Amino acid sequence: MPQNSAGLVSKALAVYAKDLRLELRTHYAINAILMFGITTLAMVSFSLGQSGLQPQLLAALFWIIMFFSAMSGLAHVFVREEEANTALALKITADPDSIYVGKLLFNLTLMAAMTTIITPIFFIFTDAPTGNIALFLLVLLLGVVGLCSATTLVAAIIAKASVKGALFAVLSFPILMTLLLTLVNATDKVLQGRGIGQVSAEVQFLVAYAVIMITVSVLLFKFVWKE
Amino acid sequence: MNKLVVSGLSKHFGSRKVFSALDFELSSGESMAVTGPNGSGKSTLLMTLLALYRPTRGSVAYLEDDRPLDDDDIRTRVSFVSPYLNLYDHLSAEENLKFFATVAGGNVPGKDIDRLLARVGLEGRGCDLVAGYSSGMKQRLKYAVALLKKPAYLFLDEPTSNLDEAGKRLVTGIIEECRSESVIVIATNEQEEYTLAAKQCRLGQ
Repeated sequence: MPQNSAGLVSKALAVYAKDLRLELRTHYAINAILMFGITTLAMVSFSLGQSGLQPQLLAALFWIIMFFSAMSGLAHVFVREEEANTALALKITADPDSIYVGKLLFNLTLMAAMTTIITPIFFIFTDAPTGNIALFLLVLLLGVVGLCSATTLVAAIIAKASVKGALFAVLSFPILMTLLLTLVNATDKVLQGRGIGQVSAEVQFLVAYAVIMITVSVLLFKFVWKE
Repeated sequence: MNKLVVSGLSKHFGSRKVFSALDFELSSGESMAVTGPNGSGKSTLLMTLLALYRPTRGSVAYLEDDRPLDDDDIRTRVSFVSPYLNLYDHLSAEENLKFFATVAGGNVPGKDIDRLLARVGLEGRGCDLVAGYSSGMKQRLKYAVALLKKPAYLFLDEPTSNLDEAGKRLVTGIIEECRSESVIVIATNEQEEYTLAAKQCRLGQ
């Protein structure tokens, strides 16, 4: 096989493209995430109605839906490799950094697709105030990156366990708690129409959280993945 | 010249001892059959040699001209075929080959993929999803993946499992092809496969 200078990026993109292709053919993860997200959203909106809920309550509901939707689907990226016994071929062939980056990109795509569908429906069903839309999208983007960066590593840890679903939520929750509290706080302020000056502390935390989580995950992944 | 140097290698799962204090050294052109009854640790030994299991004691070293290889170097030189190793069912054979070539840091032109598939007897089936393959065809495809690179170290676990007579001849041919330049380790229970290797390491005694 002729060797080229394929670096981390092209190898990670190959892992990403492979996972995306498998997902488009099987719909394992996206169906789980969307079904959970939409049914939860429907239950929340039907039970509460468009009754002018406080922004703080709306922000909490929104991120609860996002959190549990993520829990229902983001682990698939590694669980599928273990259950299909394909992890062994991947371990022998690919370097851990490119696997982690490829899997993270795939989870980001999955969450982005889910968010694109869930968010407009949430605003329509709950009649939530739109507030500062640009700032809301920034918080949303940082929230999705934070959720995916932390849960992708946890997904690799739980993939070999026998009770994967429960373990994924249990291990993820402590890591994600500070992220979720910050996201609820930031979303509350944004829905109230406050500007970037009043949300800057939360935005800084969210950026720092994503950077730290991705860095720590890249450093730890090879140990989690190997045995 | 490539070498595989195993010193005092032991593997325990909890209190159960799988194998202990194994010492051997293999150089390019040398081959070894790992034999023993079911459960004697043949597959575990291969997984430990491949650094997929951490040894309880002892060490495994991969050397090239007496220089130790790191994990990245080892990955580019090792090929492994095993019943426990599956390829992606929802990708075609060509997509599997392209994927494994890319993540290994190389690229494979289309004509090389066709040549590889023909080599393992899968010509004309490259565009089919692997899910539709029989177990023997899947085993043949694993050999195509193993031959994406010219392996300096070739590890085969139950090399002819699920294969028909033509498939068994194919495996013998691949081993003969790699014999002069590769370190070959074969884990098997089949008496006829013992002769594929010059040395023997019997476990479970």
